[in-house]
Amino acid sequence: MSENYFEVLRPGINTTFQDNGRKNYYHIGIPFSGAMDNRNFVIANAISNNKKNSPVIEFALQGPKLRYKGDKVYFNVTGDVNFQILRKNKIEEGVCYQNLVLENNDCLDLISTNRSVYGYLSINASFKIDFYLDSYSVNTKAEIGANNGKILQKNQIIKIENITKKYSLNKLDYINSKIENIRVIKGPHFDYFSKTAKELFFKEKFRITKLTDRMGIRLDGPKIENIKYTNIKSEGLVKGTIQITADGDPIVMLSDHGTIGGYPKIGVVISADYDKLVQIPPGSKIKFKEINLKDAETIYKLYEMETQNLISKTK
Amino acid sequence: MIKNISNLGDAALYCDFGNDVNREINLNVIQFFKNIKKSNIPGITNITPSYNKLIISFDLNITNFDKIKTEVEQLNFKNEIVNEGNLIKIPVCCDIDFALDIKRLEKLLNLEKEEIYKKFFSKKYYCYMTGFIAGMPFLGDLNDSLYARRLDTPRVKVPKNSIGLTEQFCNIYTFESPGGWNIIGKTPLDIFDNKNNTSPNLINPGDTISFFQISKSEFEKKYV
Repeated sequence: MSENYFEVLRPGINTTFQDNGRKNYYHIGIPFSGAMDNRNFVIANAISNNKKNSPVIEFALQGPKLRYKGDKVYFNVTGDVNFQILRKNKIEEGVCYQNLVLENNDCLDLISTNRSVYGYLSINASFKIDFYLDSYSVNTKAEIGANNGKILQKNQIIKIENITKKYSLNKLDYINSKIENIRVIKGPHFDYFSKTAKELFFKEKFRITKLTDRMGIRLDGPKIENIKYTNIKSEGLVKGTIQITADGDPIVMLSDHGTIGGYPKIGVVISADYDKLVQIPPGSKIKFKEINLKDAETIYKLYEMETQNLISKTK
Repeated sequence: MIKNISNLGDAALYCDFGNDVNREINLNVIQFFKNIKKSNIPGITNITPSYNKLIISFDLNITNFDKIKTEVEQLNFKNEIVNEGNLIKIPVCCDIDFALDIKRLEKLLNLEKEEIYKKFFSKKYYCYMTGFIAGMPFLGDLNDSLYARRLDTPRVKVPKNSIGLTEQFCNIYTFESPGGWNIIGKTPLDIFDNKNNTSPNLINPGDTISFFQISKSEFEKKYV
């Protein structure tokens, strides 16, 4: 059997291996990590006929350019991604959400995501990568997970094994819907803020700044005035927590967030809106809408049913 | 004991043990943490103890807030884990190259640096929690003449393995990270071992830490 691998010609901005993340390590300072947009991650594995939580390559804004060496392999790309396959004699425009083929010496150029942030590359095979604390997910802060906990590097090799020889015509007609309203449940420190600030928080728009990555989103908008304490005794955080900094700016904790923090929590983004929130590119504006717990639970159930429905449609 | 349980978003419980920071409340939090960990309540994905709060994250596909809240409230709580934790000794080099804020502290505390170090090294510290970055321990309490506020402008990069002080607490920067604590030295020990796949943390909540001073040549020996 020959060796199969990708050679990284261009690593992209923030390209990492991700699966569904790690559990039960918050208490030692290790966050969930895992694919930012879980829906597009599970769809990618469904199209590949992989196990649900198999690791994929996640890229942000600009993706990697990869040269493939080895036996024929099938792959698919999910998200809203502009990509090309450079074959011997022709350039083929990529189509998301369907299995495509790579042959020896073909190049896969994941040029960019369109009006979104994250895209996913799944192969009908497995990456030969390291597993650490129950997950392949790269956490660049703690330097753990696949690839020695690092983002993809130029000229590195990604080994591939267990190639599925059989082609499966899995595909999905799916357009990633965009949202502007992010639904939020009030946090434990909601009353640390002035009446005006609380109104502004749910009325005005906030801009997603460039200081946004897998750890969090920093927002820019009206200052949220704190009338109690701008710092609290540090305590645990969860994905989607919105803290207000001492300067009055909201920051939203994302999958690689610090596990504890000392700013008051004004609210938490509901689970059903998380996948969509992380896909909103810097420069865009969002608005927070207040919602209660019961409604958030119902909306999550519907969202999850919709995801399962999409998965069943891929086959 | 838990004073109040509320929801933190739709997928976590926020257990409030009060607002004070002391060892008694924190031991309570840690005991709860250990009990819940043992309980195998289905759907729990993370439990995060801190000074006086415990956050329990769960998988909304398996359970929900009301269910978990009832299960936590009905937990057959065992008051057994009152051991002192481990005693861990941490070497610290206080060379001026590593003690980035010692001059600031001399002014702020109105103490000579020898005094500061004497007070710092003469106490044992209790680990309240670990986190923020992987393995970072939050230790206390300092001698009250060492209480100092954070830097007015936090550093963008605090060097890995730096020892920092603020208010009644000290910590160890397990990785290079932004931070505003007053840096008084550096340890050659790796507090978080990312090659260790079972227990990468050297220091865990409830442990007792004593620091001891080493020279720069001893520090360098351990580094090579």
